[in-house]
Amino acid sequence: MAADDQTEPDTATGVTVPRRTRVVLGEAAARRRPADRARADLAEQTPVGEALVKGLVRAQLALALRLALVVVTGLGALPMLFAVAPGVAGVKVFGVYLPWLLLGVLSFPFLIGVGWAYVRWAERNEQDFIALIRRPEQ
Amino acid sequence: MNPYLVPGLVAVVLVTVGIGVYGLRFARTTSDFLVASRSVSPAWNAAAISGEYLSAASFLGVAGLILRYGVDVLWYPVGFAAGYLALLLFVAAPLRRSGAFTLPDFCQVRLGSPLLRRLASVFVVFIGCLYLVPQLQGAGLTFTTVTGGSYAWGALLVGVVVTANVALGGMRAITFVQAFQYWLKLTALAVPVIFLALQWQSDGRPHVAPPAGTAFPAATSVVIEQDALVDGVAVKAGTQLSFDAGDPVPAVSTVDARFDADWLLPGGDGSLFATYSLILATFLGTMGLPHVLVRFYTNPDGASARRTTLVVLGLVGTFYLLPTLYGVLGRIYTPQLLMTGRTDAVVLLLPEAALGGGHLGKLLGALVTAGALAAFLSTSSGLLTSVAGVVFTDVLHAGRSGSVRDFRLATVLAASVPVLLSLYLSNMDVSQVVGLAFAVAASSFCPLLVLGIWWRGLTDVGAVAGLLAGGGASIAAVLITVLGPPLDGWLADAVGQPAAWTVPLAFLVMVAGSLLTSRRIPSDVGATMLRLHAPESLRV
Repeated sequence: MAADDQTEPDTATGVTVPRRTRVVLGEAAARRRPADRARADLAEQTPVGEALVKGLVRAQLALALRLALVVVTGLGALPMLFAVAPGVAGVKVFGVYLPWLLLGVLSFPFLIGVGWAYVRWAERNEQDFIALIRRPEQ
Repeated sequence: MNPYLVPGLVAVVLVTVGIGVYGLRFARTTSDFLVASRSVSPAWNAAAISGEYLSAASFLGVAGLILRYGVDVLWYPVGFAAGYLALLLFVAAPLRRSGAFTLPDFCQVRLGSPLLRRLASVFVVFIGCLYLVPQLQGAGLTFTTVTGGSYAWGALLVGVVVTANVALGGMRAITFVQAFQYWLKLTALAVPVIFLALQWQSDGRPHVAPPAGTAFPAATSVVIEQDALVDGVAVKAGTQLSFDAGDPVPAVSTVDARFDADWLLPGGDGSLFATYSLILATFLGTMGLPHVLVRFYTNPDGASARRTTLVVLGLVGTFYLLPTLYGVLGRIYTPQLLMTGRTDAVVLLLPEAALGGGHLGKLLGALVTAGALAAFLSTSSGLLTSVAGVVFTDVLHAGRSGSVRDFRLATVLAASVPVLLSLYLSNMDVSQVVGLAFAVAASSFCPLLVLGIWWRGLTDVGAVAGLLAGGGASIAAVLITVLGPPLDGWLADAVGQPAAWTVPLAFLVMVAGSLLTSRRIPSDVGATMLRLHAPESLRV
């Protein structure tokens, strides 16, 4: 984006200084100005752009860590539970000992469920980010 | 010998080579060879990733471990599947957006350090070989078990077929081959298990761990291969022991196996440390396996990489329901394996043992053997492609513009070492070596990927220090386990299952090293973070 290198910053009054843009046919006119601004912030690593990206990274990391915690408490606690309370391991459900049922069968749908929730929420985070970039004034 | 066996195995090899040749018609440029020109749909890609991932350790090893040790080793299949969840949560989309094809590429993109890139290449080749050798060994052992032929021929056969296929078809062909092999492996375990369950029903649902102890289902004779104590009585190697139906299975001193409540309930004689170490290695090791990451480049964008991973989690999770059933039913129908120690063969032997030597038993026996062959072929093809890719770009310095002929040379180079090693190391334990490969991957590439993707403060010096500390410690543990003397007590756990201390060590050294050299944070870290995390539609 050679044209972006020539963009001038806002004045203190908040009035946008007309920016020098290299016009190539009608391409520039077709783009919306606010989107241009936020995209330029991102591309040039201005403090605003940097903050936007940091916000996205933080949101995605928080989501990933939260779901990892769900798995760690859900599955990771089992060996400890069986060691501390051996009675739990001796419980039979439908004629199958509980540890076999939990580890051999139920752990897989549990993992898939957590993965499904992650994909859904991570995509929502990204859509929020796109909306923020496209309409920064609203 | 089983009359359906040879046609079944020949069919698997022919279809594999056939799809490879079919793929070759489309592979015209180096880009086709390496990354299938990024034109693979998520469903194909997910099946291919699963097909590549389900190795000899999954197809044969998990059932064998369950037959031997019982409920405690269910953590292997759970961890093998959960590794994909960790990959999905922390790595999948950003890694795809980084545009990196291999792990060394990722180091280049994120930190721009040639030293780190070279070090990462060394780890890729080490982990690749560590994982490739047991695949070839598994092939050799299966060949011996099923045909009575020599171990070396089995290993060599799989080695040559895989090398030819990768060198001729490249990644494009491999994608279709792997996808086909996932479905073959699933079918090969799912269809026989239906008949096995019906047989179990019609036998009056015998107890898997009867109160009177595990017993032989039919008259059986067992040859003891090493001098051992059988139920406390010394028996010389080569002695043939005969048992009648209903006789209890005696414990053999040279074979480590668990009986009764130790097998049925958790906590047997394994320590809590070893269990958690195994969980850590498998949960975090998957993301560091070189052949898994290469696949993600064939997704068109980050969001589809995420969806592909979710489908993989579903496919792999479905598959892992089955080996448990084989291990449990093996306790009823093939208890003699607990005396010989060849528990890895339970999947291959169970159909004929349970259903008898009729046509049905033989047909299903041939089917599971064909599935096992698919397991060796697909995992070793994937590993070979990724190791060859690293040799191609980092050793031959061919770059993306390198010729197809260079890639073929790299493939032959990358294949020759593991094939030779597998011929000389025939008595290493298959599942244990695979577990060690996971531990090395979890203590080297997992911290590098997770910190590189989520933490701006990572520096090249910190990354190198962390790789050397965590990866070096785990490699040392591997070498001691494989080559060193047997160990006792807590030291045996710490070296045999090293992940519980090497993974935190790697993270700690990487973070501390980076904090101490914070002036070396790359100046373009902001742009890199944008590229890793922003959706592609915002590319500026």
